[in-house]
Formats: sequence, structure tokens, C-alpha cells
Amino acid sequence: MIEIWNTYGMPTLFMLMHIGILIGVLLGAVAYYTYLERKVMGAMQRRQGPMTVGPFGLLQPIADGVKLLSKETIVPSNANGPVFVIAPMLTFTLALIAWAVIPVNAKWVLADINVGILYLFAVSSMGVYGVIMAGWASNSKYAFLGGLRSASQMVSYEVSMGLVIVCVLLCVGSLNLSEIITTERPFWVQVMLFPMLIVFLVSILAETNRAPFDLPEGESEITGGFMVEYSAMTFALFFLGEYANMILMSAMTVVLFLGGWLPPFGIDALAFVPGVVWFSLKTLLVMFFFVWSRATFPRYRYDQLMRLGWKVFLPFTLFWVVVVSGSLIYFDALPK
Amino acid sequence: MLTAFAFYLFAAITLLSAMMVITARNPVHSVLFLILAFFNAAGLFVLLGAEFIAMILVIVYVGAVAVLFLFVVMMLDISFADLRKGAMQYVPVGLIAGGVLLAELIAVFVAWRFSNSAEQNIAVPTPDAAEVTNTEALGQVLYTDYIYAFQISGLILLVAMIGAIVLTHRRRPGVRKQKIEEQVSRTQEEAMEIQKVTPGTGI
Repeated sequence: MIEIWNTYGMPTLFMLMHIGILIGVLLGAVAYYTYLERKVMGAMQRRQGPMTVGPFGLLQPIADGVKLLSKETIVPSNANGPVFVIAPMLTFTLALIAWAVIPVNAKWVLADINVGILYLFAVSSMGVYGVIMAGWASNSKYAFLGGLRSASQMVSYEVSMGLVIVCVLLCVGSLNLSEIITTERPFWVQVMLFPMLIVFLVSILAETNRAPFDLPEGESEITGGFMVEYSAMTFALFFLGEYANMILMSAMTVVLFLGGWLPPFGIDALAFVPGVVWFSLKTLLVMFFFVWSRATFPRYRYDQLMRLGWKVFLPFTLFWVVVVSGSLIYFDALPK
Repeated sequence: MLTAFAFYLFAAITLLSAMMVITARNPVHSVLFLILAFFNAAGLFVLLGAEFIAMILVIVYVGAVAVLFLFVVMMLDISFADLRKGAMQYVPVGLIAGGVLLAELIAVFVAWRFSNSAEQNIAVPTPDAAEVTNTEALGQVLYTDYIYAFQISGLILLVAMIGAIVLTHRRRPGVRKQKIEEQVSRTQEEAMEIQKVTPGTGI
């Protein structure tokens, strides 16, 4: 009995504790990301943002959450019940399970698996189902249009995202996220990867359906897109999932390009600060980029969005894969 | 113990959802169950220690192919109940096809399991799983040992793709298409004209 407890019980308990802490921190981050977004956008548009609930409006996210919880969940009578309810749950679950492989510090990771980056890519490629199921199950025109738009948009941008990841992997030689962070990159490799960072930043905007690529939910064209029939808790799950996804994509950018938990610019004097602080700060930087671009750019037109994905990013990233692999072989810098 | 539990869980869900794919009344539900089956098959691959194939299965089949399935099935406007009506007459053919597949699988397994020389017949043996990760092992086999076969299959797929596009693409007359280059290369001089307007006269 004690043996079973020691081999299965204790590790399970520890694992559950880790997962609990991770989800707790993540949900807090999601709640206050909405606050950050409203405050930052307020500042950019010379407004104040939320400021009445609590000091500086700090309790606003909690008030919003309570409001959404206490509302009535409406399932339209012509909707496809089970699929309608599963869709938001799927979106939210996928946004959470991806965090299992993200290393927030050296050894601070739930599952340090061999194919971490593929796992992340697989989970983010499944995110489209939440949207497409919601769009179909709502049985409404706007929702269906939103779902279709979103599905084609996410599939299109995944291709160039995949090629960007291939470029990074060529320089690193491992699919493990911790090794991607710790592998040293010479200066010229960093310069060569910089255009890929730009492509990746634009692609994650499209992948998470954020402005200026928020066509799936574009209010002025198709009201609320795939979310139009959702209310209360089901809507809250979509909302939380979207923001958790944005944080996830920011963390992914940090892991792939910005050196994860290592101090910035390789300054060893800064290494006394815990790695998790650097990781959070860098993630926050990319999260700020999400808000910044939302406040800055007008929405893309749908055909332009598709053109950008297939006719600009795809050829460019494909070309860049050839450039990167060619120069790695020429300079004999391929990772062993 | 835990592995066995996980195996039976994944296997049971795979079989159940595969059953649901062919019995579900709503075609969209069928596709969703198909996705569930793919996903659990990926779980089985992970249990086998083939994590690379598992992830690729999810990325390619769940993330891309099944999305297109779902697209098509959602857009189709056919009554699937009507299609189902004559389905029973195909049962014998289906049984024969299934039986042949099963027999072939058994033949492959028996030959592999009980013949002494089977392993020598592989031209290039896969690297030992203990030494390299299965990503490297697959890369070695696909891109180094069998590079020509791989390239040829790639070329065949490319030809098929180009063929499909050429056969289905048609230019309809009278459609106004956007020419991005023309839009971008417009200059101020040709796009606008500045006129001096004296007050009270208009243009």
C-alpha cells in the first residue's frame, strides 16, 4: 500500500499541485490582462480606462467575472446543443493544456517532453475547432460566417508559422523547448532570424484572431462573429480562452526568439534576478505588443488578409528556410 | 499499470468514436467523432514511444485535413438520410474489403513475428531507439537512407496538385479582379488633381 502511495500517489499529488498553481497564476494573468488592455488602450486614446471599481479600477476584472457568472446561459432553440456547449469548453481547455510544456525557468516545467514545440503547434492548430464548432452549432448566419472566416484564417497563418518554427529549429537542432532556449545562437544567426520574428509576430495576431486581423468577430461586419449567440459562462470561456491564447502565443515568441528565462542581451550581471521574472517581463512585452497593435491599426479586409498569408508570408518564409539552411551549411554551423 | 490503463482508455475511445463515425446521424457529428478517433490514435502512438508521429498526426490530420473535411461537410446541402437508404446493399462488398484488409494485416504480422530472416530483409535498419530520439531516427530513414523514394513521392504529389488546380481552375469573363500592383503603384499625380477654387464660383 505504501509502495503504491510512493510510486503513484505522491507524484500525482505533486503534479496536481503544480497544475493548480499554474492554472491559478494563468487565470489571474488572464483577468488582469483584460485590465491591462483597457488601461493601455485608454492611455493610447487619451482616456482613463476603468477607474471606478476599487483603487485605479483594479477590481474591475473581478467585477466583470462575477457579472458573467451570474448571468443566464442561453442556448438558442435551433442550436445543436452538445456541440454548442462543448465548443467554448474546448477552446478554454486547449488554451490551458498548452502550458504543460512551457518552461518558465530552468527546470520549471510540468512536462519536459522531447517534442515540446510540436506539442505546442499541435495544440494551437486544434484551437480552430472551438471556433468552427461554435459557428456551426449556433445555427445562425453571422456565427457561421465568423466560424468559416476564422477557420480559413487560422489554417492559412499556421502554414507560415510552421515554417518560421522550422527556421528556428534549424538553428537550434532540438524540438525540446528548454534546449531551444539554452542553445547559444551566434550573432549572425540572431540577425538572420530577425525577419522571422516579425513574420511570427504578425502571424500570432492572425492566429489568435486579434486586431487588426479580428475578422472572425468583426463587430461592424458580422456583429459578433462566431460568438454572437453565446452569453454568460459560455461566452466567458471563449473570452478567457482568447486571452489565455494570447498569453500563450506571447510565451511561445519568448521561447523561440527572446531567450526565455535567460537575462536579456546575454548580460550575465543581470543573472541574479530569478529567471521566472525575466520570462514574465519578456512575455509581458509581447502581450503589450498585442494591445499596442490593436490600438494602432485599422482592421484588414478579408481578401487582403488571405493575400498576406498565402502570397506574401508563405513564399517569404519558405525562401527564408532555404536561406537559413543554406547559410548554416555554408558556415558549417549546423547544430550537431 | 498506468500505461496499461491509458492504453485501454485510448483504445476504447478510439474504437467507440470510430463506430460513431459510421453510425452518427448528423454528418458533422461524424467528422467530429473522426477527429476524436485521430486524437486518441495519437495518444496510442505516444504510449508506443513514437511521440513525433503522434504530434504530426495531430498537426496534419486533426489540424489541417479534418478542418477541410468539416468545411466541406458543413457546406454540403445533401440529405444524408437519403444517401443512407441503399447502404445495406453494399454490406457484402464492405465485408469482403474489410476481410481482405484484415487478412493482409495478419499476414504481415505473422511473417514479421515468426520468420527468422525478416529483419535482415530491411535494406536500412532503423537506428536503435535507445540511442537517438525518434525524430532523428525518422529523419535518418526518410531524408538520408531513402531520400530518392521520398523525393519521387513528393514530385508525384506535386504533379497531382498542379493537375488538380489546372483542371478545376477556370477564368470567368467579366469578373472584376483586384490588381494589387496597380493600386500600389499609383502616384499622387495620376490619382488626384488639385484645383484652385476662387470663393463664390465653385468648380
